[in-house]
Amino acid sequence: MGLNLVVLVKQVPDTQNITGDAMKEDGTVNRQALPAIFNPEDLYALEAALTVKDLYPGTRVNVLTMGPPPAVQVLKESLYRGADFVALISDRRFAAADTLATSYALKCAIEKIGNYDMVFCGRQAIDGDTAQVGPQTAEKLGINQITCVSEINNIDTDKKSVEATRSIEGGFEIVKSGFPVLLTFTDEGYVPRPPSAIRMLSYKNASTEVSTEAFDESYMDGEMSGSAGNNLQLWDIEAINADVEGCGLSGSPTKVKKIMSVVLTSGDIKMVDNDMGGIAEMVHELIADHTIG
Amino acid sequence: MSTKNTVMVFIQQDDGIVADVSLELVCKAKELAGELGAKVSAILAGDKLDAEAKRVISYGVDELFLVEDKRLAHYTPVPYTKVVRDIIVAQQPQIVLYGATTTGRDLGPRIASNLKVGLTADCTDLQIGDHKIKEQLYKNILYQIRPAFGGNIIATIVSPEKLPQMATVREGVMKIVEPDASYKGKITKVDPKLEDGDFLTEIIKRVREEKRVNLKGAQIIVSGGIGVETRANFKLIEELAHVLGGEIGASRAAVDAGLVSQPHQVGQTGTTVRPRLYIACGISGSIQHRAGMAESSKIIAINSDPDAPIFQIAHYGIVGDLKEIIPQFIKAYKAKA
Repeated sequence: MGLNLVVLVKQVPDTQNITGDAMKEDGTVNRQALPAIFNPEDLYALEAALTVKDLYPGTRVNVLTMGPPPAVQVLKESLYRGADFVALISDRRFAAADTLATSYALKCAIEKIGNYDMVFCGRQAIDGDTAQVGPQTAEKLGINQITCVSEINNIDTDKKSVEATRSIEGGFEIVKSGFPVLLTFTDEGYVPRPPSAIRMLSYKNASTEVSTEAFDESYMDGEMSGSAGNNLQLWDIEAINADVEGCGLSGSPTKVKKIMSVVLTSGDIKMVDNDMGGIAEMVHELIADHTIG
Repeated sequence: MSTKNTVMVFIQQDDGIVADVSLELVCKAKELAGELGAKVSAILAGDKLDAEAKRVISYGVDELFLVEDKRLAHYTPVPYTKVVRDIIVAQQPQIVLYGATTTGRDLGPRIASNLKVGLTADCTDLQIGDHKIKEQLYKNILYQIRPAFGGNIIATIVSPEKLPQMATVREGVMKIVEPDASYKGKITKVDPKLEDGDFLTEIIKRVREEKRVNLKGAQIIVSGGIGVETRANFKLIEELAHVLGGEIGASRAAVDAGLVSQPHQVGQTGTTVRPRLYIACGISGSIQHRAGMAESSKIIAINSDPDAPIFQIAHYGIVGDLKEIIPQFIKAYKAKA
């Protein structure tokens, strides 16, 4: 028997591979130089869903992302890997959403899909590292959660339950929960599959067509687009029946007061000769100031 | 404002033992409460926790809400959310703090989502200050300070409009003070309102190993990166650490390459350390690594690449082959000490 799965993904700036170009002269980060990527742990969540689909034919994998129009790229990549349906939740009124407002919009979109068995997402996104959106969405849906899952061990389709291994400090837990349940995944237990060339070709035209239509014009006038049955859709606030007050800035209790770039301070580095004389002098200084005994 | 003037801490227990991070937070809460003229309260849930409750109080808790139920012995999300939420609603603290552990980061977001209040993840500092939104001035609110964007920025977050202001706080960053066994705090027992239907998670197996690697408590750490290249070379790192009486650390790249095991990892996804001396050998110094060790009192960087970013935060820099430099370091130390 097939299951109905929802996977939440995010497009993020690649903060993990900061190289020469990405650092400005003053030691701060040049965000423009960072490529936008599929949030790494979300790829593991998608892989977990596709693995379930492989095991239980008839399973439907729905992928949702919230973000500006270019975020459609992670949806296309999801289709190329095997997703059945994808939707971009995008509306100017979602702008400046914190994790609470984000989880509210995601909850509305998940309820639009309806009748789901499990919701999968990455444990956290590399731009914020909060790990909050998963649990906040589960609470809003009123369902159980299993966070930090490395792997799904077993699914019982008759009893409608899942058993998973989750990572905890210094070890692991094996836990079981009935459906519906939300799982957040770490990058430990799966190997994300590459995009399928055949699927890329078959979706290439379809998605381009939809994206021109839905992600340029209709985004501007906030109109719903994409015909029924289309497997790539754009959903705005009205499409997911969300209350405007709960979205974007007005639905976000946290405000950023101040941002400080981490500037690399070169301070007073003492270069030491890489010979016995230089090293011995340094050791002597460290003993003299009681750094080493 | 109907809010009671308290700073509340969620006390995490694992197998009946209170987590260190919770005690660190009680100490920080005491400090914040001092500035606010407030009291410190705490929530402890589990089974048979009388002795631990008293121990928590000795760190400076004025009122501890103790929830005892066999079914709460181990943390699971839904029942804990209900219990903690109900106490917060009844007590109306102005601040609630959680450890940024697997448990705290599982629970905190659910509470925030339920109460529709703000929550800042993984804070490394908390301060009290004022904030203006439009024309309204909010006095004595919580500044929630955390690294973001892969550690490239430090953000100060505020959430004064809806109370309580909540944060999860990274383990090991708040100083723990000596407990005072005579501290007068009250234990208030709370009966949980739970139904069988709340217990949706069944824990089948739980395996925890005590950390044998003690990076957090180490005064001297000798760390190896991908520049160490081989396991055989890594022996040099171990030898230097042994000679200096220090602990062995590593960068994520070294762990990923299998040079050393994960518990040794220093950095954003590993352990945050602030030793007296940190020796980085063959570590280029990615933002993620530096986020976990930049607070070290003294840093020595040994690297063959003179442009490695690690030199930008080091106090001593040695450019060259660590296979030659480390043995000389050991020799020089043995000769002097």
